[in-house]
This record gives sequence, structure tokens and C-alpha cells, in this order.
Amino acid sequence: MSFARIVGLQPRILVAATRHTPANSILARRLISTSTCAHAEHNLQSNPNEKLRPVHPSATQYDAQSLEEDPYKRGPSAIDKAVHLFFLTEIFRGMWIVMENFFRPPYTIMYPFEKGPLSPRFRGEHALRRYPSGEERCIACKLCEAICPAQAITIESETREDGSRKTSKYDIDMTKCIYCGFCQEACPVDAIVETQNQEFATETREELLYNKEKLLAIGDRAEAEIAANLQADHVYR
Amino acid sequence: MLGININKIALISVIFNLIDVLSVILPVLLAVAFMTIIERKQLAAHQRRVGPNTVGYYGVLQPIADALKLIVKETVIPSQSNKVLFYLAPVSTLIFSLLGYDLWGIIPFGQGLSLSDFSLGIFYTLALSSLGIFGVLLAGWSANSKYAFLGSLRSTSAMISYELILSSAILIVIILNGSLNYITIIENQQAIWFIVPLLPVFIFYFIAILAETSRTPFDLQEAESELVAGFFTEHSSVPFVFFFLSEYSSIILFSCITSILFLGGYNMPELFVNDTFINLQSIVLGLKTCIICFMFVLVRATLPRLRYDQLISLCWLNLLPVAVAFIILVPSILVAFDIAPY
Repeated sequence: MSFARIVGLQPRILVAATRHTPANSILARRLISTSTCAHAEHNLQSNPNEKLRPVHPSATQYDAQSLEEDPYKRGPSAIDKAVHLFFLTEIFRGMWIVMENFFRPPYTIMYPFEKGPLSPRFRGEHALRRYPSGEERCIACKLCEAICPAQAITIESETREDGSRKTSKYDIDMTKCIYCGFCQEACPVDAIVETQNQEFATETREELLYNKEKLLAIGDRAEAEIAANLQADHVYR
Repeated sequence: MLGININKIALISVIFNLIDVLSVILPVLLAVAFMTIIERKQLAAHQRRVGPNTVGYYGVLQPIADALKLIVKETVIPSQSNKVLFYLAPVSTLIFSLLGYDLWGIIPFGQGLSLSDFSLGIFYTLALSSLGIFGVLLAGWSANSKYAFLGSLRSTSAMISYELILSSAILIVIILNGSLNYITIIENQQAIWFIVPLLPVFIFYFIAILAETSRTPFDLQEAESELVAGFFTEHSSVPFVFFFLSEYSSIILFSCITSILFLGGYNMPELFVNDTFINLQSIVLGLKTCIICFMFVLVRATLPRLRYDQLISLCWLNLLPVAVAFIILVPSILVAFDIAPY
């Protein structure tokens, strides 16, 4: 048994080539690799007792009685076990995996310069939308105010000259908001939505107390994006 | 007239000594600084991250930024602490682990390149490196905090336990050499590095130095989840920097000693280019030290922390019997085959 085999440093191709014979399949399972083949093979061992002992190819032929008579015929030899213990083979296999990862590229996304994909359902900064005519969508039904678990929304309404009810005040305290998206779900006219913008940090607290003008401005700015996201997600709502 | 001359000579010798010491200590401090960034970058690479990459090219100046941050921080002294010992602890730890002239001074960096060719070199190293425990004990006791106290108790018992394994492993090397002198040990490895005949010894030696420098599988005194930061929980700012420096300088020191004891030190085939002798000995020693440092971080990236009773029982029940067995085995082989080199 070569040293490379003991500590499990065999190249993976060798493992793949030899892993179909029963004895080598045990070895292959011992040689932890990150390939899915090894894990799949691991699951093949349905009997939990069999997992504990590497089976000699002919071990299945023994009946229970002969196993009782000669317990030394099964399992790894004492020398095998001693070698594995004294040369820390388990630990070296672990270190080998860590070394493998050392040479692989990092997963890091360089955030301010690179950005990951955002779901159309992403819940970020709020916006109030308008109809294409320029009329505000919000009808001041106050469902969002009612459902808001953080009580971040404050609405006051008034009746306009044409008899329609509109908001005279629509404030969202962004420091209270927990971005749960309930307001968006409660809204019957898709007026209040959460955009994909998450980069709205400010230097003062007051800047985070959004009023109606601010929310409408955000909606005007991001209308194309909001419409596209709603379109992309409407099938699932 | 004569007195002035003697004073001048004394002064000059003092200055030369100072230059000697500084020429060793300053590179060591620099190496310690870069050891911290290497550890962070390497850990990041093992975990498929990027690591510090903003300060300087690829983040190489990060340790300087870290040091600056720590130094300008406020030093908080717990009101219930013993102030003298509270300050003495980090200072003594740093001095014991650096001790330029004493520890690094006896390490040969190349043929004839050591501050002192001390015939009891290894004993000296062992004696001084075990003095570091006092700093740990003092820090834990003087801070008057239960976390620091428990941390210092843990690290003291761990260090004392693993000191045995370490000195047993080194004893085997000494038996093989018949000398305590680093230079003799290095010269004796010209035929073969001791890591080859003494591979099992190297394995438990490496485990012991991991525990001695309180690195990851054995860093129980720093078990964040239990003890905040271990024995230096209460130390902030500059005292913390001292502990930090001493920890990393002991890593580098033990890496250097390992490469001398097991990897052949500065041994290097003589290289001639156009009859010019190219001296790569120091570079070779540095490379070997780097490899061992790499191993330190690799172990940290791989292994989880042991439970405390496992740590102690691993030492006393598993490693110590093996160490004792090898202490008997190696001289037995030397005597039986009459191959003792002395």
C-alpha cells in the first residue's frame, strides 16, 4: 500500500477508473472528493451496519455462524487501523480538501463594483406609483397603514373637487419599516410598491422619514423598473 | 586618557551589540506583521474568500493599518485589576517571546550567520519559550475577570502539558545528534533531513508546537464562544498589541526551529555561477520557515477546536505514551545497530 493511497492523495481519475469493483468502491468512498460520484456511492450503502465495516469481496458469503467463529476475517486489519490512527489520515484528507479549495477562485462579489442579481420580488426602497395619465394611483384606502406590522405608514386623506378620495399625507418612516412587503400586497391598486433599490443610506435620520413627494418622485424615477418587475412576477401572484 | 579610551571601546561595543540585536529584532517584527496578513489572506483563500485587499497592493499594508488602529485606541484598565501586573503581563510575554538576542540570536541563518553559536542552544530555546506562560498567568490573574482567569488557567495547563510532548520530541532529535547546538544539528542533516527517519516524531512534534503556540485545534484559551478572548479579554490597545505580537512571533520562531530540527535548516548544495559562490542558505531557511507557517494556517483552516478535556487527555493519554515509546525506541535502535553518531 503506497503512502499516497494511505493518506488518500490519489488523483481522482484513478478513483473513477477503479471504483466499480466492490473493494475499491470502499476505498473510493474513503477518498473523500468533492465530486458528486463519491457522495452518490455513499448513499448506495442502504444497510447502516455495512457502512461501519469495509466489506471484503467475499464477506457476503460468510454466514452468521462463521462470522462469529472468526471475527478477524472482517473489517480492516489492526495494522491498517494503527496506520490510519498514527499518521492522522483522516486529518490529512481534510487538509487535502482545504488545499484543493486554496487553488480555486473565490466566490466573492466585489460589492460596490460588482453586484449580484436581484429578484423581481426584491423588497427595497418604497415608491408611490402614478397612472400613465399622471394621476396618483393611491386611493387612500389605508389598507397598507392597517397592515403595516411596524406601523411605519401614516396616511391622511381628503376628498377632491371631483369627489375622488386622495391622500393629503402619505409618510413612511423608513427607520421603522421592516421591509416585509405587506403594504405592497395589501394595496388594491398597486400604488405602493417596493423597488429594487437598497442603496438609500443617508447621513441623517430625518432624511429617512419619507413623505408623499419623495415617494412619488421615487416612483416616477423607477416606473419602468417597477412595471417590468410587476410584469415579471404577475404570473405567481 | 586611558579611561576615556576604555569607555570609548565599551561604548562602541555596546553600539555594535545594539546593531546586532536590532538587525535580528526588526526583521522579526516585520515578519510578525506580515505573518498576520499572510494568515488572513491564506485563510480567505482556503475559504474561497478574497480577504483584506484594500490597503496597499493586495492588502499587504493591512497589518500597518491594524497596528495603527490598535495603537490609537484607548487603553482601558479595569478598576478592579492589579495595575502593575496588568501592564507587566503583556510586556513580559512580548519580551520572552522576542528576546532578540537570546532566542533569535542563537538561530543560525546561514553558515556562520548567527549572533552567538551557543552550545546549549535548544535548551535555551525551550527554557525561554516556556517562560511565556508567566505572562499568560499574570494577565489572567491581574485582570480580575472570570473570563481572563479561566482562559489563563486553560492555556497554562495546556502549555505545561504540551511542553512535555514538545521537549520529548526535541529530546529524540538531541539523542540522534548528541548535541544541543543548532549548527551541529543542521550539519548533521546534510545526508538526510530528520523529518524522513523521524516522521512519526515530527507528527507529534507538530501537534505539540500547535498547542504551544495555542493555534486552532488547541486554542481553547481563546474560545470566543465561551471565554470572549481568553486571558487577554481585558487588555486593549497597546497591551493587546503586545500579546498579539508575541503570539505571532512565537509561531514564526517555532516554524524556524522546526525547519532547523527537521527540515535541514539552511542546508543547501553549494551553487556556483562562473566560479562565484551563490549563497542561498538564508533564503532556503526562510522558505522552509514559510512552509511551516503555511502548515500552521492550513491546520487552522482545516480543524475545529477540541473540547478542553479532549485536549488534555489527547496529551497525557495518547501523545505522551507515544513520545515515551519513541524516546526508548530511537536510542535502542542507535545502540542495537551501533550507529550512534557519538
